[in-house]
Amino acid sequence: MDWIDILLKVVYCVLVVVVTMTIAGYSVMAERKIASWIQGRIGPNRARIPGIADIPVLGTALVKLGIFQLPADGLKFLFKEEPVPAHVKKVYYTIAPCLALVPALVVLVVLPFGVYYIDGQAHPLVLADLDIGILFILAISSLGVYGVVLGAWAGNNKYSFFGGVRSSAQMISYELALGMSILPVFMWANGPTGGLGDLTLFNVVTSQTALWNVIWMPIPAFVYLTALFAETNRLPFDMPETETELVGGFHTEYGGFKFGLYFTGEYAHMVIGSAVFTILFFGGWQFLPTFGFLPEWVANPWASWGWIGSVVSVIFFIVKLYALMVFFIWIRWTLPRFRYDQVMTIGWKYLLPMALACIVFYAIVIGAWDTFMNVQDTPAIINQSAP
Amino acid sequence: MSKVVERKPLTFLEKTYLPQIVGGLKITLQNAFRPKVTLQYPEERPPIPEGYRGVPTLVRDPNGREKCVSCQLCEFVCPPKAIRITPGEIPEESESVHVEKGPEDFEINMLRCIYCGMCQEVCPEEAIFLQDIYSVVGTTREEFVYHKQKLYELGGTLPDEHYKWDKKKAATERAAAGGHH
Repeated sequence: MDWIDILLKVVYCVLVVVVTMTIAGYSVMAERKIASWIQGRIGPNRARIPGIADIPVLGTALVKLGIFQLPADGLKFLFKEEPVPAHVKKVYYTIAPCLALVPALVVLVVLPFGVYYIDGQAHPLVLADLDIGILFILAISSLGVYGVVLGAWAGNNKYSFFGGVRSSAQMISYELALGMSILPVFMWANGPTGGLGDLTLFNVVTSQTALWNVIWMPIPAFVYLTALFAETNRLPFDMPETETELVGGFHTEYGGFKFGLYFTGEYAHMVIGSAVFTILFFGGWQFLPTFGFLPEWVANPWASWGWIGSVVSVIFFIVKLYALMVFFIWIRWTLPRFRYDQVMTIGWKYLLPMALACIVFYAIVIGAWDTFMNVQDTPAIINQSAP
Repeated sequence: MSKVVERKPLTFLEKTYLPQIVGGLKITLQNAFRPKVTLQYPEERPPIPEGYRGVPTLVRDPNGREKCVSCQLCEFVCPPKAIRITPGEIPEESESVHVEKGPEDFEINMLRCIYCGMCQEVCPEEAIFLQDIYSVVGTTREEFVYHKQKLYELGGTLPDEHYKWDKKKAATERAAAGGHH
């Protein structure tokens, strides 16, 4: 590989990480704003950066929206005194917050977030177009729980400990439902639509040109979304924190920038989770589904716009992602927390059987479709064997 | 006679919990678009109701005379002992020399004051009032001890119907001039 290629990759990586962290940061702001709107308050509207905030109309509007609250919060976390309690296990206490953030960022590598065209052939905008994309995501993102559990044990405190134990139990329970609920999606992506027989997320998006998965696979989408809430420790599944019972849960002993890392990690997880959900069920960056009778260009109206089209596709992807984030926040300020036994019951007794039933049902449907509708061209097999 | 409440078994939809979630989402969405109740504090101030007990202040009568005669009743009645009065004579050349006494210093420790209003109730001269000031700020303990000058600045002038000391002076003058009561 040429050194220019390596340099470009590094630049892309930095760009992707910066954009993701900014989105994560601004979802904190969205959280605070939406929370206050739902509670009849105004929310943060005073933080201001002199130069920008002084622009007549725009500056005032931005200040009112609380745009500058994010740098203020970030700086606060950076400059806060960071006492390390005497009874914690120092090494693990320091490593844990990083472990919570890193998996979320690693997952970014295989996440396609847009599309570009070379000679009419679509290629994903992605750092590494892995064949096993979704497996990679499932494997790495579930490592995030190690940060939580390790931090909880290192805290050496009964509240942290309970938070950690609950967190690990919850993660394991919902990981299963999460993994199973997406199997129908991949059966579809690799079956009748003529996918190439792999697990890349780009393949999934392409398979949704006619119909977004959320429309005809509502139950897997629902199971996946519920499991996603549990995986990202969001209400109504925020067992690890449970601040009414466990002080702060796993991060009871944390403060300053280490707490900030946990905080950012949580929101980064949410962003990644929403992104994966958008790709799997909401057609990724596609504009609208064609429903089988609309013209092809409806799905990607920007296909012929060159690099502008790519940028627009990324923006549209981010818009969808943000809509989902808002839904996350909206749910948080609507539902109370489930009791711990209820969480376990929902996970094992309802979501898991539901996901299993869906696998069977969609396997039959897709198999029948494959057999009776387009048996003459099975591109998945032919393309793979061709030289 | 107790009434037996009929508890219907949950329907399937209710058991899934989903319609309730949708209902809750609707409620929060409606709330999000209601007018906000926040008061932008330093710029907007809450309305102070009649009879509010704010910071105790000393007042002057409409002629600008200080009404306190340092009888020290408020000092004795004050439950947290927040008031300390140093009584003093009124100088001969002063316009209000006809008033028996005045405070040389009048201290109220705002860290001790509990805003009970007993000083206002007990004052025979109607000289101390708990008015509408509610914001007490400072960075040192000394700043929270309000002295006489500051208390008069905060209190200002309140209308007075009695002019007790002026009437007394007039009566004394009349008596001296040979009039009768």
